[in-house]
Amino acid sequence: MSDPNGLIQPGRTAPGFTLPATPDGALVGPEQFRGRPVVLAFYPADWSPVCGDQMSLYQSAAPVFAQYQAVVLGVSVDSIWSHRAFAESRGIEFPLLADFEPKGEVARSYGAYMANGEAARALVVLDPAGKVTWSYLSPPDVNPGADGIFDALDQLAADRKVMAG
Amino acid sequence: MSTPLQVTARLRDPVTTDDHIRGPADAAVTIVEYGDFQCQFCGAAYPNLHELLRQRADTVRLVYRYFPIANVHPYAERAAETAEAAGVRGRFWEMHDWLYEHQDQLDPVHLSLGVEQVGLPPDELNAEVENRAHADRVRRDFVGGIRSGVNGTPTLFVNGIRHDGGYDLPDLLTAADAAANA
Repeated sequence: MSDPNGLIQPGRTAPGFTLPATPDGALVGPEQFRGRPVVLAFYPADWSPVCGDQMSLYQSAAPVFAQYQAVVLGVSVDSIWSHRAFAESRGIEFPLLADFEPKGEVARSYGAYMANGEAARALVVLDPAGKVTWSYLSPPDVNPGADGIFDALDQLAADRKVMAG
Repeated sequence: MSTPLQVTARLRDPVTTDDHIRGPADAAVTIVEYGDFQCQFCGAAYPNLHELLRQRADTVRLVYRYFPIANVHPYAERAAETAEAAGVRGRFWEMHDWLYEHQDQLDPVHLSLGVEQVGLPPDELNAEVENRAHADRVRRDFVGGIRSGVNGTPTLFVNGIRHDGGYDLPDLLTAADAAANA
């Protein structure tokens, strides 16, 4: 089960945080990327046994994320050491954040923590000001892909055009 | 704008004459496969798709689109671009079949031998791949796939709807027959 309060919903200001991240353990968080959309991809664990697991898929889609100037941050409760080995084995270059101590604190603050002690498989897109613009909770065993994320990023770009125009 | 329920992913880029298509043009069922030539699960699905097309020769056609996950499969992009180079010479499916039948031989040396076996000039194809002459096409397929909800490889769309079932022959026959009778 996920958080009884549920996943954070659009319109809310995203809770600020920093966590140790790959590759070098430096503290990384969404506030460092104000002015750009930020995609938070919470996921249960490193090392899922399929070809093209969710994080590998997002790495392969890096050129598409770049078109939106979007930053992707993967978040799970794994330690930085696990993240580092996982990132190296899959060629993942975007930061994987270790929500390790206190365990799952960030996932909890986004309503993306499960009773089994893992992060839920949840996607949260923040607008350039740090407000949640889209969120999606996937069943833990279903890779949600990236189509919903790109639709949300398209919507953001369209909204900004209207505001500018 | 939040999506509380699981939404079925749908193919967003319709099949066109630019696609690589195997099977009758008027088939009742079109299966679009997004695949990675170095992916073992695509390799496992390959003979089953072959058999599906044989058993449903009048009703099913297969469309192949490139979805190389390059950070995990270092030879996948090159294999895809080589298949496309074969494709512009009318030999896409021969190359496609060779690649899936030789997944342990996708390194550049063996790949050149494969091109030769398919009956194409390896040096010429090699030069095109080196110049990234076919990179845009591969990328176009990839982007269309990711926008359609491709979440790994292989991903199949049966008459435009993502197939979330298995890739064994009985699974594929069931999915194809259901779509044919829908």
